[in-house]
Amino acid sequence: MALPDKLVQEFTELVTHYPERRAGLIPALHRCQEELGGWLSPQVIEDLAAFFGLEPVEVFGVATFYPMFRLTPRGKHLVSVCHNISCTLRGGEELLAHVCEVTGAPVGGTSPDGQFTVVRVECQGACANAPMFDLDGIYHEDLDAQKAERILRSVK
Amino acid sequence: MKEFPKYLLNRIGVADSHTLRAYRSQGGYQAIEDVLRKPWTQEQVIGVMKDSGLRGRGGAGFPTGMKWSFMPDITKDPRPRYLAVNADESEPGTCKDRVLMERDPHGLIEGCLIACYAMRSKAAYIYVRGEYRLSYNRLQAAIDEARAVGLIGKNILGTDFSCDIWMHKGAGAYICGEETGLMESLEGKRGHPRPKPPFPAGSGLWKSPTTVNHVESIFNAPFIVKNGAEWFKTMGVPKSTGNFLCGISGHVNKPGVYELPFGLTARQIIDEVAGGVWKGRKLKAFFPGGSSTGLLPASMVDVVMDHDSVKAAGSMFGTAAMIVLDETASIPQVMDVTARFYDHESCGQCSQCREGTQWLHQIFRRIAHGKGSPADLDLLVSLSNGMAPAKTICALADAAAIPTLAAVKHFRAEFEECIRLGRDPLRQESKTAPELHEAHA
Ligand SMILES: Cc1cc2nc3c(=O)[nH]c(=O)nc-3n(C[C@H](O)[C@H](O)[C@H](O)COP(=O)(O)O)c2cc1C
Ligand code: SF4
Ligand code: FES
Repeated sequence: MALPDKLVQEFTELVTHYPERRAGLIPALHRCQEELGGWLSPQVIEDLAAFFGLEPVEVFGVATFYPMFRLTPRGKHLVSVCHNISCTLRGGEELLAHVCEVTGAPVGGTSPDGQFTVVRVECQGACANAPMFDLDGIYHEDLDAQKAERILRSVK
Repeated sequence: MKEFPKYLLNRIGVADSHTLRAYRSQGGYQAIEDVLRKPWTQEQVIGVMKDSGLRGRGGAGFPTGMKWSFMPDITKDPRPRYLAVNADESEPGTCKDRVLMERDPHGLIEGCLIACYAMRSKAAYIYVRGEYRLSYNRLQAAIDEARAVGLIGKNILGTDFSCDIWMHKGAGAYICGEETGLMESLEGKRGHPRPKPPFPAGSGLWKSPTTVNHVESIFNAPFIVKNGAEWFKTMGVPKSTGNFLCGISGHVNKPGVYELPFGLTARQIIDEVAGGVWKGRKLKAFFPGGSSTGLLPASMVDVVMDHDSVKAAGSMFGTAAMIVLDETASIPQVMDVTARFYDHESCGQCSQCREGTQWLHQIFRRIAHGKGSPADLDLLVSLSNGMAPAKTICALADAAAIPTLAAVKHFRAEFEECIRLGRDPLRQESKTAPELHEAHA
């Protein structure tokens, strides 16, 4: 088994929160994605399947159901731009176009320098502070082109 | 607008309002202490919740006390029982639970303790949407603090009441906010809603009795226990009591999350609370409670915002997530966006929903892009009537179909004009982003 010891220890504690071991699967997928390069490789899926006593295909079936899990590698930074209704009403599409311009990534793709992956996401619960994006797990709200550019350049 | 008493957001003004110290200094955990020390019976707690008239804030407005009373009698059914707190907050337009979880997490935890005591649950799981990292971290830190002082775990405050509270992260699927989809997801599976019956109180998490409640419903419990049902009923209107959190977004001057009593009109909320429609423009329409609730035209802005009045107006109170559209908004474009959402989020189990949401999206999309045909409006209506009401495993199909019927009913002329002209006169050409492929990466 190739899961790092640290994660194995964590998951061993995690499954004690539930009467059935499998309930720890989605939190464990999150932790693997966070710790192991921002995506879930076939190897990680297999290792998790072994830990939970499931077939890899079952773990794969769960991982692909949830939009937050990525089954392909991504750039160093992930920018998730909301394209739902409240954001659209306040310039979300223009924001997305601007993010693509600044990062050099197309929507759903990664910039040639490998720095940024840009994706569209559904409502993030920041509607009263639209438009917004999530950059590496942190919300940035009430955005305009200038503010967005400043934030993106600060991590580049 | 008259002044009115507030309670939901009173604590968040102080520094570090998310900490145990700040919570305690403002009377926190007194309700659960009173319940345990007196002690109250389980029936007394459920009784005060019922008498308060509190209706669930998760969308359907179901009475919370009554829901709690559906849990089976422990003397006849000894299975472990569970509380699942629905913190998936994914209904488009809804952004209020976040405020409670980020800034007053102990309030939710005290609510969980009271609910678990009343229903004899051995554990509560707080299912929080995966994107809400700050909410998750603040709640986890609050749980750790509460556990350290003996408020969570075995023999709470030295009594024989034991209860665990665990955090659990979702991963971006809207359907996991539906209560049975949530339970499947919590069990580590795809979030496929379960057919009902059996209802969660009979067979929920791990086939055990389970109650699923929304964050704001649970958050109300300590206030009701502490101040009584009569106090609670002094706020709001007779059939929708207490205050609620209203997240208002879109084309208003002061979008935000506001604590309001039931009984104000939508006009008062838009004009007096949210600073009016922005840029001096006129109101065109609004969603009263999230994108799953039927759009209402400006002519209906005097509707009273409570569960029954909004229903009588042909929509739903939902999660009180008002989304405001000004006169420049294109209804075909708005419906294109919302239909795309339901198409993307359908779990695919029911054919009416899997196929229907896809069709609705395609039709709205072509109308919004000037490629609609005169038969499309009737097609939207007949498709929607095939999807709802209550024809599928869960209400996601209804959430797509019912707002479609409302949009066609109130804005038929605008759709017809787009179809006739072969373009949307309200479309503003703006920068568009380069797309690698259509789907979500
Ligand atoms: C498609 C769909 C999505 C839902 N999403 C949520 C949600 O994100 N949060 C929530 O609390 N309730 C959501 N609900 C409602 C829940 O099924 C359930 O009614 C609610 O959590 C009950 O809580 P309450 O009785 O305290 O209001 C959703 C329902 C449907 C049909
Ligand atoms: S109505 Fe739609 S989302 Fe709900 S169970 Fe059926 S297919 Fe899934
Ligand atoms: S619509 Fe973008 S955060 Fe809700």
